[in-house]
Amino acid sequence: MAVEISDEIEVREGVDRETVETVQNMGSYKYGWDTEIEMEYAPKGVNEDIVRLISAKNEEPEWMTEWRLQAFRRWQTMTEPKWAMLNYPEIDYQDQYYYARPKSMEVKPKSLDEVDPKLLATYEKLGIPLKEQMLLAGVEGADETPAEARKVAVDAVFDSVSVGTTFKDELAKAGVIFCSISEAIREHPELVKKYLGSVVPQSDNFFATLNSAVFSDGSFVYIPPGTRCPMELSTYFRINAENTGQFERTLIIADKGSYVSYLEGCTAPKRDVAQLHAAVVEIVILEDAEVKYSTVQNWFPGDEEGKGGIYNFVTKRADCREARAKVMWTQVETGSAITWKYPSCILRGEESQGEFYSIAIANNMQQADTGTKMIHLGKNTRSRIVSKGISAGKAQNTYRGLVSMHPKATNSRNYTQCDSLLIGDQCGAHTVPYIEVKNTSSRVEHEATTSKVDDDQLFYCRARGMDEEEAVALVVNGFCREVLQALPMEFAMEAQSLVAISLEGSVG
Amino acid sequence: MLNIKNLHVKLEDEDKQILKGVDLTVPAGEVHAIMGPNGSGKSTLSYVLSGRDGYEVTEGEASLYDHDLLDMEPEERAAAGLFLAFQYPVEIPGVGNLTFLRTAVNAQRKARGEEELSSGEFLKVVREKAKALQIDAEMLKRPVNVGFSGGEKKRNEILQMAMLEPKMCILDETDSGLDVDAMRLVAEGVNALRSPERSFLVITHYQRLLNHIKPDVVHIMSNGRIIKTGGPELALEVEKNGYGDLLAEVG
Repeated sequence: MAVEISDEIEVREGVDRETVETVQNMGSYKYGWDTEIEMEYAPKGVNEDIVRLISAKNEEPEWMTEWRLQAFRRWQTMTEPKWAMLNYPEIDYQDQYYYARPKSMEVKPKSLDEVDPKLLATYEKLGIPLKEQMLLAGVEGADETPAEARKVAVDAVFDSVSVGTTFKDELAKAGVIFCSISEAIREHPELVKKYLGSVVPQSDNFFATLNSAVFSDGSFVYIPPGTRCPMELSTYFRINAENTGQFERTLIIADKGSYVSYLEGCTAPKRDVAQLHAAVVEIVILEDAEVKYSTVQNWFPGDEEGKGGIYNFVTKRADCREARAKVMWTQVETGSAITWKYPSCILRGEESQGEFYSIAIANNMQQADTGTKMIHLGKNTRSRIVSKGISAGKAQNTYRGLVSMHPKATNSRNYTQCDSLLIGDQCGAHTVPYIEVKNTSSRVEHEATTSKVDDDQLFYCRARGMDEEEAVALVVNGFCREVLQALPMEFAMEAQSLVAISLEGSVG
Repeated sequence: MLNIKNLHVKLEDEDKQILKGVDLTVPAGEVHAIMGPNGSGKSTLSYVLSGRDGYEVTEGEASLYDHDLLDMEPEERAAAGLFLAFQYPVEIPGVGNLTFLRTAVNAQRKARGEEELSSGEFLKVVREKAKALQIDAEMLKRPVNVGFSGGEKKRNEILQMAMLEPKMCILDETDSGLDVDAMRLVAEGVNALRSPERSFLVITHYQRLLNHIKPDVVHIMSNGRIIKTGGPELALEVEKNGYGDLLAEVG
């Protein structure tokens, strides 16, 4: 194991330097371009007609439309939560577009030459191989191009619509269903009916309820019993259109004894008006199954004065519904102006396990309030939380975590480690742990540290020839190492470069 | 060749003069030692030359070949060929020793407009050099200096020096905290690097390191100045009589 780790680091090294070059050559947010594509919008605002329109655009059956309307009616009675350590101007929910779709999706480009090179460059930066880039860009005939060695199946969501899913046939052979949620509603209603809203109910919280009413697309995964998914699955979300909220919905079902590793990447163009993103991810894990869900979130964080950026209100929850089910959330949160996100684990099955590994970086005026919830319901359940918060500039970074041991969750364990790193003297780090233990045999451990990037460390690196940015990136990547190691290889490389990019200008 | 002329340095935050006119020339290929009692300014000299914050040069100059060191950032000095082996090497948790070394080597190569070393080339060279310093694969993987013993830290500094191939090596109290065996290993590492193009400035409190690393010239420093310069016999004299006589001699 030790050897493997070291080899990985060898490869990752290259990324550090490349990153520093990228930082020097580009603006601070490298995904900040905007693709000029004619869009088709639904009228601004949200009401029952808009909900019906979205449902109709997705050619949904009646039961789905009803489900959405039920959520919408519920949402109208709810108020936005204000308990998080976040400051942002009032959001006008009627001043958003709830549905946008690129018009050009009707006319497919004939070859890669006709595709916006920047779009391809972004896909490439995200580590998506060429064939998938072609498929995602909707190039005709891309299916016949030979597949490359490394396989990651990708579903891309551009604004409100899923634009393509790769490797579908190969996955189908293994019995794996990987498609957009709108397709799943049409093609696999029995699965959707059974599981949608079973982890995050319609009425769960303000943002999740809004999502239930207006989600436009997202990804759907079903792994049949005893199946190890033959490749990693990936969703790539991009918000492009102006004033558009993105409300994607992801539903993953890992049937008995199955395994899947799922990656999620997010980017958005630079806009000086804030954009809303309220996603819901539901994961159902049955007996002996395991799901790894990794996110690299790089939504536009707003500019140095705090103008624009994505307001990211996300509900992610995994239900370890049966015995020995296992889930691992890994997140690298570098973007968004506002982050409100608590990927959670419901440890219902006996001996089920939940893990949460997080890196949250907040620079300039960014605010992040993120953490996890570990709800221990079953006997002998285990959970582990490793959170690394990095604050720079004038940013505020809060870890908020709940560990709850219910009366029946006897002999359960939690270990929490929360480390905060401060760069400069104008930022803040906060740790807000909530711990509830309602039985006598369970044990909860919580460790927290706060440290500053040390001048001696920076001088040591610089005396060996690294410039200041490179030195900070190296020290911070070291601080995040435990979490970076929990990510799949390709994502770890991307994450490592993002760490460096998002801290640009934080020293000196 | 390192050239220091009339160097005056004070602490940035307080009105305290530390170096009060240091003159020193270390020609290519030579090993010079600086000895002196605690607080004489030896370590300050090494920090000022390598560009650490917290010091203010009030007068004088320092150059390495045609580079005016005092106008350069620490990383530029490193790329120009200056290396400081730290008295207290710094721990960097989570950063593998190999990662650190390779980042440093390639940062310097890039700064000099040279090709970066590929992973394979780098590993080959580093393994060879580590072996000579009895640094095993395990130690190369561990986070930089974290949990290293005193001897391991110092050997690691010499490994960095061997990999970076500087023109001018400053060793700041490299012997402190070393037992006899570790000192011999470190000294052998340094001696292996001696060449007609490379100079050394060995800062030490005690003569014993100089039994292993034979200096061409020995300087005695006191109260921010070099008060006496001589051959290796000067170090032996200090060993025998202490600094008292020398200090009294210059008043």
